Amino acid sequence: MAIQVEHELHRRRLGRNMALGLALGAFVLLVFVLTIVKVSRQDEHGNPPGMASTMEQGQ
Amino acid sequence: MSDFSAIDTGKEAGAGDFVQLLKPRVMSLVVFTAFVGLLVAPVPVHPFVAFTAILFIALGGGASGALNMWYDADIDRIMRRTQNRPVPAGRISEGEALGFGLALSLLSCLMLGLAANWFAGAFLAFTIFFYVVIYTMWLKRSTPQNIVIGGAAGAFPPMIGWAVATGGVSLESVLMFALIFMWTPPHFWALALFMKDDYSKAGVPMLTVTHGRPATRKHILVYTLALAPFALALGFTSIGGPVYLAISVALNLWFIKGAVGIFRRDETQAEADKYKAEKAFFAFSLAYLFLHFGALLIEKSLAAFGMGGW
Repeated sequence: MAIQVEHELHRRRLGRNMALGLALGAFVLLVFVLTIVKVSRQDEHGNPPGMASTMEQGQ
Repeated sequence: MSDFSAIDTGKEAGAGDFVQLLKPRVMSLVVFTAFVGLLVAPVPVHPFVAFTAILFIALGGGASGALNMWYDADIDRIMRRTQNRPVPAGRISEGEALGFGLALSLLSCLMLGLAANWFAGAFLAFTIFFYVVIYTMWLKRSTPQNIVIGGAAGAFPPMIGWAVATGGVSLESVLMFALIFMWTPPHFWALALFMKDDYSKAGVPMLTVTHGRPATRKHILVYTLALAPFALALGFTSIGGPVYLAISVALNLWFIKGAVGIFRRDETQAEADKYKAEKAFFAFSLAYLFLHFGALLIEKSLAAFGMGGW
């Protein structure tokens, strides 16, 4: 069998690396958007929505 | 030398093999039921938080699938249906499957805890523990009721979805659990009747092997009858309503009719028409579950127009 530059195995490795890269990129984007959503929904005391009234009662 | 043999085997895993490790078909049920559980809960969830939560519930379910394939590789190698899974086929090593499953379990529980709440995250962790340790490692190989126990793991997702929204457990979420829990045994035993897997060779005590096929037919009928009250009871809770109840009554009558049919048949009859009734019952069982949860969604969307519910 002649030595080929591109073996079938290299294609699989490339596929695996691309998939991992995409997954990591998607994860970064997800955490970023989740942060935006969570931070922008906090009130001025930094409490998540729905928590404000109970916090005030406690104080 | 080792380099040459590695190339010769041509068995190196592609990305698809790792996806297969996550049991994508089981995942679709997890996604759908968790989604319904989250949506019908009385507390609204931000759409992106809901999306993230469902994603990591699905990933946690997939991680438990990978851990299951790691532990069950010895069984999977023996049974024809599972021989081509990535681990028994040699494309992914057992160690890789274990690492992949553990890492994803940790990630999904942490992310669910951060995105939603820690009760939901802990619940997901418990579900993975239950499926991998209680079911896969312990009871699957030691009791013919293994399907019943395994069903519990598959029944937790709507409860997790509900916990994402409410941060707790309630009657509604327990009944959604009960619906899937009681549905699983008739669903799988019908499959076991016509799939005729080589479970006995693999040392897995399947009801069809340990107690025989007539006993399995009886079990299907008993569980189907016991399932109906739970399915109907869900209709009287805050997430049910007349539409759900009407759909549920029709589905349960049809399901019981099918189970009675299976109970009355024997193997000769089943062989004669190539397990037609068993296959039809199995196919209908999928629609049964899908339509029940679909009906809950209908009730929820009707509520937006001031209808639905009680």
